[in-house]
Order: sequence, then C-alpha cells, then structure tokens
Amino acid sequence: MDEVAIDVERVARRYGRRWALADVSFQVPRASVVMVAGRNGAGKSTLFRVLATAIRPDRGTARVGGFDVVRDRQDVRRMTAILSHANYLYDTLSARENLNVVADHLRISRGGVMGVLEQVGLAVRADDVVATFSAGMRKRLSFGRILLQEPKVVLLDEPYGALDPPGFDLVDEVIRELKRRGTTIMMATHQLERSRTYSDMEIVLEEGRVVRQSAAEEVPC
Amino acid sequence: MLAAALRKELLLQWRSRGQMMAVFVFGATALLLFSFAIGPNAEMLRTFSSGFLWLGLLLSSTLTLAESFHGEMENRALEGLLLLPSDPRALYYGKAIANWLQLTLLGCALVPVMVILYDAGTLQLLKLLAIIMLGAAGLSAPGTLYAAMTSQVKAKQMLLPLLLFPLIVPALLASVKATSLVILGDPMDQSKAWITLLAAFDLIYWSLCGLLFGRVVED
Repeated sequence: MDEVAIDVERVARRYGRRWALADVSFQVPRASVVMVAGRNGAGKSTLFRVLATAIRPDRGTARVGGFDVVRDRQDVRRMTAILSHANYLYDTLSARENLNVVADHLRISRGGVMGVLEQVGLAVRADDVVATFSAGMRKRLSFGRILLQEPKVVLLDEPYGALDPPGFDLVDEVIRELKRRGTTIMMATHQLERSRTYSDMEIVLEEGRVVRQSAAEEVPC
Repeated sequence: MLAAALRKELLLQWRSRGQMMAVFVFGATALLLFSFAIGPNAEMLRTFSSGFLWLGLLLSSTLTLAESFHGEMENRALEGLLLLPSDPRALYYGKAIANWLQLTLLGCALVPVMVILYDAGTLQLLKLLAIIMLGAAGLSAPGTLYAAMTSQVKAKQMLLPLLLFPLIVPALLASVKATSLVILGDPMDQSKAWITLLAAFDLIYWSLCGLLFGRVVED
C-alpha cells in the first residue's frame, strides 16, 4: 500500500441536476485519522459512498490504496469497510447470524464472531433478532461488522449517531484500536471536539466542495 | 461464495416461513376461482387443470419473488454484501436457487389442490415433479433478476409482473403442455419434446440472468 491511502482528484457526483460533490480533491496519508466536517447535505455521505465504491463518481478520479474506485472496484472493496447510514443488517436474523453471514462471505472462520459481539457490547443479545434492537444497538452491530472485516481503510459516516455515552466511548476505543493497527480512518461527524482528540487531519465540506483542509488543531469549532 | 449466499437465503426464507403459507393460500384460492369460472363440467376442468395450476403458481410467484428482495433493500443489506466484496453472480445464484426451491415446494403443494378441485390426478408423479422443478426454474431465474430490478421502485408489485410475464411465456407454455400431457395422457410421446424445450429455456435464462445481475445491482 502507498504512503497515500486515499487520493481524490476533482471528484464530482450529482443526483439529478444537483451536484452533491463538485471538484473535490484531497489526499489522506496512510494510517491517519481524518475528520470530515460539514453541515447536513454538504456531500459527506456521497463522498464516503464514492470511496466505498457504492456509487460511481460522474467526474474525476479517486484511488484507495492505489486502486481506482471505478476500474479496480473489487480491490478497493477488499481493503475498505464502511459504516453507512444504512446499517446493512438483516432485521429477521439475529446479531450472531448477521455476523455469520459476513464471515461466510469473507470466507473467514465464524470463530471470531462472538469475540466481536463482546467487543461491541452485544454478546448477551447475540441470539436476539435485529428487529428487536434499538438504533444504537444496530450501530454497535454495524461496528462489529467492520471489526470482522479487518480492513486497511475504514469510512465511518456519523459513527456517534444514535449511540449512548458508553457507545461514544466504544467508538473512541475502536477508532484508537484501529489507528494502533495502522488502519486509515475517514470519519464524517458533528462531534468535532471529541473527534479532534485523535484526528490527524480535518476536511470541511460545504455544498459539495472542500472549503478547508488542515491539520486537526487548525480548524475552529 | 455460492454456498454462503445460499445458506443466507435459506435462513432468511426459514425466518419468513409464515409468508409461504399465505402464498400457498393465495395460489389455492386462485385454483378455486378458476374452477368456478369453468363451472361443473368435469371434463373441461380436467382439460384445463394444468393451465390453471401454472397460472396459480405464476401469480403466487410474483409475491414470493418480490418478497425475496424486501429484506435486502430494507437496510441496504445487499449493498453491504456487495461491498464486502461478494461476487454478484454468487449472490444472484444463491437467491435464484432459494426462490427455485420455494416455487418447487409451492408447485408440489398446489398439485393436491388441483387433484381435488379438477379431478386431475396422475400416477406419473416423478415426471410431474420433474416438470414442476423445470418450470419453477424457468420462473425463478428471470423472476429473481426482475425482482432485483424493480425492488427499488415504488410500483414494484405492478412492474414485476409486467416485465416478467412476457419473458417467461415460452417456459410457461412448455410447462403447461408437458403437465397437460402427463395428466391427460401422452399417446404420441410428445412430453419429451416439451420438457427438452423447457430445459433449453431454463439454460438460457439461468446463464443470461446470472451475467446481467451484476449490472442490475451495481450503480
């Protein structure tokens, strides 16, 4: 993997007539934590979905780990995990079964599933169906999904959303653990003060454009 | 990867097994209504029984096929699997096989209803099972693809039959003819030709739809 983990060059994406992203460019060094800030509708989620290869950019190029998000989609997917607004869970399956599905598709042992559920605080509810979970518990399980993947690049879209205070601590702990492992993390959040304690870099989006890019301590709240 | 996808599909189907009973009741009700349309003419009921069986299965299939993508779209679970990454073809064949098994089961469950309502029994049960399996395969392969295509639109319950029915006419025709020959007798041994035609269409559907699925579900 290059020293640059994420390289975005003049990326643009539109929905209908509206440009959600317009000529966005930035680079993210490997093993760093980047906080992406911006108001609702600024383009954060669209940017993350482009980087995760869920959608294609209409213009520009984006590379993750040296792989192009359009041409080398499967390579990008192999090294990337995303925590999205959609939780990617099956409501009729239990927490354990949801992670078993992920493990089976990744062709890894199901042995690690219970460990991950313990890590995200859901071990006691392992066999309850997700339909009975609160929004915060679903978010925790989505985190479990990411931990199971062991990715090199993690995209966290509003990781603190719907969580209780212990959940906030869990997110901080997971991010610090991922950072220790050398994982590159991009995180869209409104919890600026909290995130700044471990962020190496900040990007501020406004109406689909990067209006500020700096080291974490330089951007005012 | 296919085994993982199939295991997941069967688990999801098992969890929603209550719906299968509702779909069976819907199919059986359709067969009952067809019998009212013909009236108390035993010979005509028997003659049209295979057509009614397949119409009942066809109408029921639109419910099961559309439902098979409900769980995938609710929390964008399908997108989650694609981003892991999973091979779209494995996801397609896993779902198509699960739908095929479900439709085969439904077809077999509707046979006794057909026998009771239309007095259309046969002793060639294995041959009838083979035709139901092949016919269900002809419904499930394109049905799964079109269910994926229509799963994100508002009018999916209307669009799915509109898109699906014209495409499966050849398979449906072959299924009806082969079933009819099994029930009414086959002195000229024509059923083999219809079964071969049905198998040929199945082969085309299963090959093409598997290739197209990736384009349908990706951006």
